[in-house]
Amino acid sequence: MAVVFEKPKALADVSTHYCPGCTHGIIHRLVAEVIDEMGIEGDTIGVCPVGCSVMAYNYFNCDMIEAPHGRAPAVATGAKRAMPDKYVFTYQGDGDLAAIGTAETVHSATRGENIVIIFVNNTTYGMTGGQMAPTTLPGQVTQTTPYGRNTETQGYPIRVCEMLATLDGVALAQRVAVDSVPHIREAKKAIRKAFENQKNKRGFSIVEVLSTCPTNWGLTPIESLTRLREDCIPYYPLGVYKDITAEEVVK
Amino acid sequence: MERNLMKGNEALAEAAIRAGCKCFFGYPITPQTELSAYMAKRMEKAGGVFLQAESEIAAINMVLGAAATGVRAMTSSSSPGISLKSEGISYIAGSDLPCVIINVQRGGPGLGGIQPSQADYWQATKALGHGDFHLLVYAPASVQEMINMLTKAFDLADEYRMPAMILADGLLGQMMEPVTFPEIKANVVEKPWATNGHQFKRKHNIVNSLYLQPDGLQKTVQDRFVRYEDIKKKHSEAELYKTEDADIVVVAYGATARVAKSAVNKAREAGIKAGLIRPMTLWPFPEKQIVEGTKAASDVLVVEMSMGQMVDDVKLSLECSKPVHFFGRTGGVIPKPTEIFDEIIKIGGAK
Repeated sequence: MAVVFEKPKALADVSTHYCPGCTHGIIHRLVAEVIDEMGIEGDTIGVCPVGCSVMAYNYFNCDMIEAPHGRAPAVATGAKRAMPDKYVFTYQGDGDLAAIGTAETVHSATRGENIVIIFVNNTTYGMTGGQMAPTTLPGQVTQTTPYGRNTETQGYPIRVCEMLATLDGVALAQRVAVDSVPHIREAKKAIRKAFENQKNKRGFSIVEVLSTCPTNWGLTPIESLTRLREDCIPYYPLGVYKDITAEEVVK
Repeated sequence: MERNLMKGNEALAEAAIRAGCKCFFGYPITPQTELSAYMAKRMEKAGGVFLQAESEIAAINMVLGAAATGVRAMTSSSSPGISLKSEGISYIAGSDLPCVIINVQRGGPGLGGIQPSQADYWQATKALGHGDFHLLVYAPASVQEMINMLTKAFDLADEYRMPAMILADGLLGQMMEPVTFPEIKANVVEKPWATNGHQFKRKHNIVNSLYLQPDGLQKTVQDRFVRYEDIKKKHSEAELYKTEDADIVVVAYGATARVAKSAVNKAREAGIKAGLIRPMTLWPFPEKQIVEGTKAASDVLVVEMSMGQMVDDVKLSLECSKPVHFFGRTGGVIPKPTEIFDEIIKIGGAK
């Protein structure tokens, strides 16, 4: 019998700790599929963040490093500079990447580090129980914004791809979502492009993936996907913010 | 062998390259900046990586990433910058990664000053970050010794899979002395744990400091402390100078020990039986050498460029068996030989 669908080889055969309905599973799968398709598992080093995906080192079959909170881009820089022929990617959440690790994110981007960053934005700190993240939407209720995020006192969310797209070292800055099959397909293409950029030494590639957190949003998985579509995507429009390969085509 | 006149900071950089350091990640801070500048000039030509990071925090995490792949990696800084690195150092220790960290100490706390100091002794030997762990800590007293100790630091860091520190100070970093670079035999340690791509030849490697099961965490910490015991037995070092018959033994390390040696010589000229113990490793602390070197002594005088930090370890080593006095100067105020001589007289050298 022909096998038409199976677990990617780059994903370990273990059950994950992620909550039911969480979209981390989809995103892990997309990264693993790309690693399989490019045949690079043996040459890939992944860097985990602190946050919900802290234990992703148990889920990917490539070599993995667990970084301090927010420091994954610096750890990845060290690994990539030491081993320029290996593929290095980080997998980070919004608190990790856009709050405590902002400096590491911005500077690895502007240096044009030849790495891939998978940035999972679910507008909350999931692991610690749902506090305000740098990407929490105005008015959004979290454990630390119990009356909703008040932009007068708590400021505004950060749009990471838009910000990083201004930097010369960035090869790809693209925002995708995993709320529907067409969007998931788009997300996979973006991740593939990011890894191809690394292969071709084009520099820093970030794929921001709008994701859900049913547990901390207090919604069912289905309702979470609806919220992602109705609340998150309008604030964080999907699309390509920078793609130097597209610029090459225009030239 | 070639003999060069070199500044301490530059000698450390050259020694690192010769010891096979492949990656250096720095960030400017006085009084160690010449080290980064030297690396910027030399590292790439030597086939290595020099990168100026966006912060001390980023620099130490770049060291973590590079060390995880199995190459020799190093960073350097001075006191306030080392505080910033402490998070990363704790993770490096918790991940059992080897690396070398240079601290060219300056005065503190806070911004403190930019002059030489030894006020980071406690930080280096007891509290460089959260959690139960140690670093190997070397305390050079000359530019030549900086070179010798750096090579040893890399070798032992690799052997024991732990971070090692060269605890220098602004005086040693800025001072020029004649040096020779010894022929270095590269101590190649196999690193089967390195995350450098499994090539489908082995199971994936994980470099990690997280153990959510308390028993598992306890085991990793206890295993680490078994290694620490081995290091304590084999690798503590100290110089004993005229201690065999000494009534008064001065204990000092680093640049301060050179001043103390002058005071001891002056005391001997004055007919006072003084001696000097110079700890060369601060962790492991040379406890046995302290006991051995003070056998004949009635009194011990500890001299530091701080308000008194190593003095604790001297007291612990002697277990209250004899009086331990202290003389200290803080950041930038280097003790004079005459001051230490006067302390020796005060303690009873005149009796």
